[in-house]
Amino acid sequence: MSELREILRETVTRLFAEHCTKNLLEKCDGGEWPAELWAVVEENGLTLPLLSEDKGGVDAGWQAVYMILHAAGRFAAPIPLAENILAGWFLDQAGMVVPDGVLSIVPNSNDITIRGDTISGGAINVPWARQADHLMGICHVDGSVSVFCAPSGSFTVNADHNIARDPRDEVFFDGSIVKGIPPSEFTVETIQLYGALVRAGQMAGALERLIEDTLQYTADRTQFGKPIGKFQVIQQNLAMTAAEVAAAVTAAQNAFRAAERRNPEFETACAKVLAGEAAGMATDICHETHGAIGFTYEHHLHFFTRRLWSWRGEFGAEAEWAERLGRRAAARGADALWPDITARQSANP
Amino acid sequence: MTALYFEPGELPPEAEELRIEVREFLAEAMKTVSVEQRARNWTAWNPEFSQKLGEKGWIGITWPKEYGGAERSFLERYVLLEELLAAGAPVGFHWIADRQSGPLILRFGSEDQRKTILPGIIKGEVGFGIGMSEPNSGSDLASVGTKATKVDGGYLVNGSKIWTSGAHIANYLVALFRTSSSADDRHEGLTQFIVDLKDTDGIDVRPIHNMTGDHDFNQVFFEDVFIPDSMRIGQEGEGWMQVTTELAFERSGPERYLSSFPLVKEMVREAGQYPSERQAIGLGRMVARASTFREMSLSVSGMLEASKNPDVEAAVMKELGVGWEQKIPGIAHDLFGASPRLGGASDYETTQAYITQANVSFSLRGGTREIVRGIIARGLGMR
Repeated sequence: MSELREILRETVTRLFAEHCTKNLLEKCDGGEWPAELWAVVEENGLTLPLLSEDKGGVDAGWQAVYMILHAAGRFAAPIPLAENILAGWFLDQAGMVVPDGVLSIVPNSNDITIRGDTISGGAINVPWARQADHLMGICHVDGSVSVFCAPSGSFTVNADHNIARDPRDEVFFDGSIVKGIPPSEFTVETIQLYGALVRAGQMAGALERLIEDTLQYTADRTQFGKPIGKFQVIQQNLAMTAAEVAAAVTAAQNAFRAAERRNPEFETACAKVLAGEAAGMATDICHETHGAIGFTYEHHLHFFTRRLWSWRGEFGAEAEWAERLGRRAAARGADALWPDITARQSANP
Repeated sequence: MTALYFEPGELPPEAEELRIEVREFLAEAMKTVSVEQRARNWTAWNPEFSQKLGEKGWIGITWPKEYGGAERSFLERYVLLEELLAAGAPVGFHWIADRQSGPLILRFGSEDQRKTILPGIIKGEVGFGIGMSEPNSGSDLASVGTKATKVDGGYLVNGSKIWTSGAHIANYLVALFRTSSSADDRHEGLTQFIVDLKDTDGIDVRPIHNMTGDHDFNQVFFEDVFIPDSMRIGQEGEGWMQVTTELAFERSGPERYLSSFPLVKEMVREAGQYPSERQAIGLGRMVARASTFREMSLSVSGMLEASKNPDVEAAVMKELGVGWEQKIPGIAHDLFGASPRLGGASDYETTQAYITQANVSFSLRGGTREIVRGIIARGLGMR
């Protein structure tokens, strides 16, 4: 880990720890927009880290984005940070101007039509559309792949939420947009790919938080005259879960390293599969270990578990990504399986 | 971050060059290796194959040149091992010596032991067995009772060791014996010895067939067996510290997730170019795990190379790798519904038939799942 990334990790950890209080998370659950948190994140250059300095970014690279999103996940930051980072990057990749204000992405543009500079149609599950100054998406325009940037005047919003109670709105488009042509390797699926990448990073942070908090709980909670963490059955459960989480974290980290090499499809698929599987196991074991208190609204555990359940499904669940990996492996054949694995991951950066 | 962080490992160019060399070697050498041996992978003892590797300089590859080693890095060794395992190479004859007995002798043995024994290992001519478990001492290894009583010029050993893979083929055993039972601390009365299996009176090696029908295990009986002082490893009473180091060597390698890889490969073949959705999902989940575990295993080797102690990380690797490997025959069952025939209509069936039976043993070697999870729990600060 480079020294710069270590400094970044400390900075973002401190920032989110200070601002993402239980009080704030509860307010956001109730529909409030955390304007102060967003302002701080923006001031610290975390919203557009991939852009070059002359475009208002910090040219930090994908491994730095991992640090940022890992920390955001670890503190359940209730803001469209991952979405803003992606939207800015996609617009820039398509040679477009990255506008000021809050940006978010349209995960699926299948029901959107663009003719000339006019957009129509709709989309669901759009993160923080109600708060976004611009929405970005990828769709086919006249047979070619285009990136569009839709200002808030070009859409209306029907508010909805995922089970983390983060905004996942329904959006109706009717207005003017700006569009651009992305690099040739981009398809309309590319937004799903990078969406899965950023979710895997957030999930890595939330998963580690679950382990940290549950370890603390097992040290504090006493039953039968001793801390429950002294019971072998609790130790065994947490050892298994922590191992599974370590695998998900490794896979996520590896996917961001692959993004740095501009070819993250294989590693992102692995990361989303492992993050999803780890989320299933960790939410199960960590809730079970906390007992009834973990099921209360008062306890903070659910801020992380509800997000993990939401993120697990967004931008493709495990089976969807596994199917792609499986089809790829089958198409390449049995004898290519091992050389493909070693060729992907041992590449020197 | 939690205690269980895996720093990404990077392979230097010389490791990738070695990979190409190993693949070229295997393309030729594996032609004469049966599908049954491939399925058995690093538990298949094949002295001729080990000697071929020895000729290439690929045993004891990190060891000092003065004993015949190549002084190459742990990352190069990692690449060599993962290539051998992924191919299902029958490397059992030298595996234990290369992985743990040799490194143990290098670290704690006498100069005389190093000079006498290491060159033979490196040539692929000398194999080792593990003399740890006894009939009444398995997971509770510190309870071993086989006694080595001090006599003039050496020790007299009485008792037995069990689950000793390959003792009927191996030249030596590294054995843990009790040299003192008076100490209150049961750990302090233990000492390790090198036992010459081929040239010592009073040793009786009796086969124990495992449930697959293979003869791999043995029980080794000692009746007034004289072992000279020169074959003691380290000082009297240091056996426990040494054996835990040895177990860490045993747990740290990529065999903890690659033992069943020959089956994974055959499953991809069985699925064909256009698998069903169910098969594609099943295969994809395996690919995701295999490639992530590889990254973690590489990280452990990176820690070895940097002279860090990867005890906990190796335990995590073993927990994950073995847990996954043991599910693979069940996944094959789900995806292909096959009841494999022992006659083996295909390489897939032969491999599936063996691994379905053998894989219950995978979590036992190097410490049971429960023991390994205890090590992880300690790493998490719970103990």
